[in-house]
Amino acid sequence: MALITVNNLTVEQRLKAVSLKLHRGELVGLIGANGAGKSTLLHAVAGLQKSSGSIKIDGNPINSIPPHERARIVGIQPQAVSSAWALTVADIVALGRMPWGDEDEAAIERAIERAGISEFRDRIIDQLSGGERARVWLARVLAGEPQLLLSDEPIASLDIHYQLAVMEVLKNYSREDNGVIVAIHDLSLAARFCDRLCLLDKGELIALGTPAEVLTETLLSRAYGVPVDIDLEREPPVVLPK
Amino acid sequence: MARLITNYLTPLLIFFLLLIAWLSLAYGSTSVGVFDGLIAWFNNEQTEAALIIGEIRLPRTLLALIVGAALGISGAALQGLLRNPLAEPGLVGASQGAALGAATVFYYGVFAGLGTLATAVAGLLGAGAALLFMLLLAGSGRPALVIMAGLAISTVAGAALAVVLNFAPNPYAMQELVFWLMGSVSNRGLDSLIILFPALIIGGALILSQRHLLAALSLGEQVAESMGLSVKKGSRITVLGAACLVGSSVSVAGAIGFVGLLVPHMLRPFVGHRPDKLLIPAALLGAILVCLADIAVRGMPLGRELKLGVLTSLIGAPFFVWLVWKERKRWL
Repeated sequence: MALITVNNLTVEQRLKAVSLKLHRGELVGLIGANGAGKSTLLHAVAGLQKSSGSIKIDGNPINSIPPHERARIVGIQPQAVSSAWALTVADIVALGRMPWGDEDEAAIERAIERAGISEFRDRIIDQLSGGERARVWLARVLAGEPQLLLSDEPIASLDIHYQLAVMEVLKNYSREDNGVIVAIHDLSLAARFCDRLCLLDKGELIALGTPAEVLTETLLSRAYGVPVDIDLEREPPVVLPK
Repeated sequence: MARLITNYLTPLLIFFLLLIAWLSLAYGSTSVGVFDGLIAWFNNEQTEAALIIGEIRLPRTLLALIVGAALGISGAALQGLLRNPLAEPGLVGASQGAALGAATVFYYGVFAGLGTLATAVAGLLGAGAALLFMLLLAGSGRPALVIMAGLAISTVAGAALAVVLNFAPNPYAMQELVFWLMGSVSNRGLDSLIILFPALIIGGALILSQRHLLAALSLGEQVAESMGLSVKKGSRITVLGAACLVGSSVSVAGAIGFVGLLVPHMLRPFVGHRPDKLLIPAALLGAILVCLADIAVRGMPLGRELKLGVLTSLIGAPFFVWLVWKERKRWL
């Protein structure tokens, strides 16, 4: 059974009847121009945004699951997170256990390990670089060990080293029998890491399939309004504006 | 040293609190044995020691401790809720709202049916209404907006207070109210504790019940919401708790400013800056500081008494200036 089934998901003025399925072990990339509805879709699936249509997790309607239980199954890393206080990295990661109401050392340790942040676990978040912080925010979600991880533009504003590092973490997490949906602007990295891509245009889902099926010149120039150069045969694949 | 304080913060604070409470009972123009006085008072003896300790110093000390604890914990809770280090009961309009409520009761006898509870209830309603309007006006926890909304609500409450005074039937109302607003814990009987103590327990419990929310809010409303917490409901409970604490404190002791601002800042480095772990220590340190300030006020030369609230403002206001300066350096 699909881990998550979204049917006719609609958010007024932002999302029009989006339907998609995601299986365990899959990393799905959410692509589209700014304002296409990527964040809205992620927020609706996480229950942060009022929507109509249906969302089912393992066949159960999401509305029938109490919020704290939903939070155990679905974890979201919103765009542009920041900490109001000078917390330590370890304390921030531990916050990810909140849906479970525990501070499970083993789970926190695994998250720190997966995100590769053990060397600065005792540092204060303010002292870290943008790239290091991005992995801390990710580790916070990983600590809750959600079956479905939603990540909203986790690599925006990161250098290429950290872009790869974060995408690796997401890919590896999906391979542990979890589902991952990531909103991403870098189409080359989307082609390289994602199993399937979901292309949104003005709130409508216009393509869903393997990178080869979705990353075509017609679809991309329709969604982004610029001609693109696509070479998926190359290793790694390249998708760039002309 | 810092690590030692971190590990034993709460026991250390409790120790100091007991020490200061003892000092407050022992300190005064007449030297009386604290133990003897307390025991005599408990036994209902009419000795001088029993009267001085039981009727004068004990209420004053307990009042200072409870008001301080209420202000400390509500400051910590409001700062955590609004994710704003500048939030303080006085700066977000709660104190002025409480003053308005209490003054209305003073001079117009509203809620007369409630007897001695009337001022406290009015103070609580005033503080709660002010906080709710502030939250509605600010629309979010954004620091600049919260401070602006707090200022706006304080101004409105101040204007309404002026109207209340203007039309007060008692010609000395203005002077009385100004003195009362300066904040003091002297000359209040033990019966004022009947209001304050339950308010501290209820308000404190409401705030403590939301400690997980305060912790989660460190990373913003979206993150808190995504972790299965109800930000809306939790915010209301926290605000209600703070209103309960600030409203009852102001209605009994007037405005004792800046305690709620100062205390969380002093403690943050020792609790790893965690808003949830800050609450209990903030209550304890608030109690210690207000009691200490009250001892200092009592120690001043006789004549015109320096009001407790004036002293805390004298200490707290420069600190506020320093906080703004620090914040400014981040942006310039």
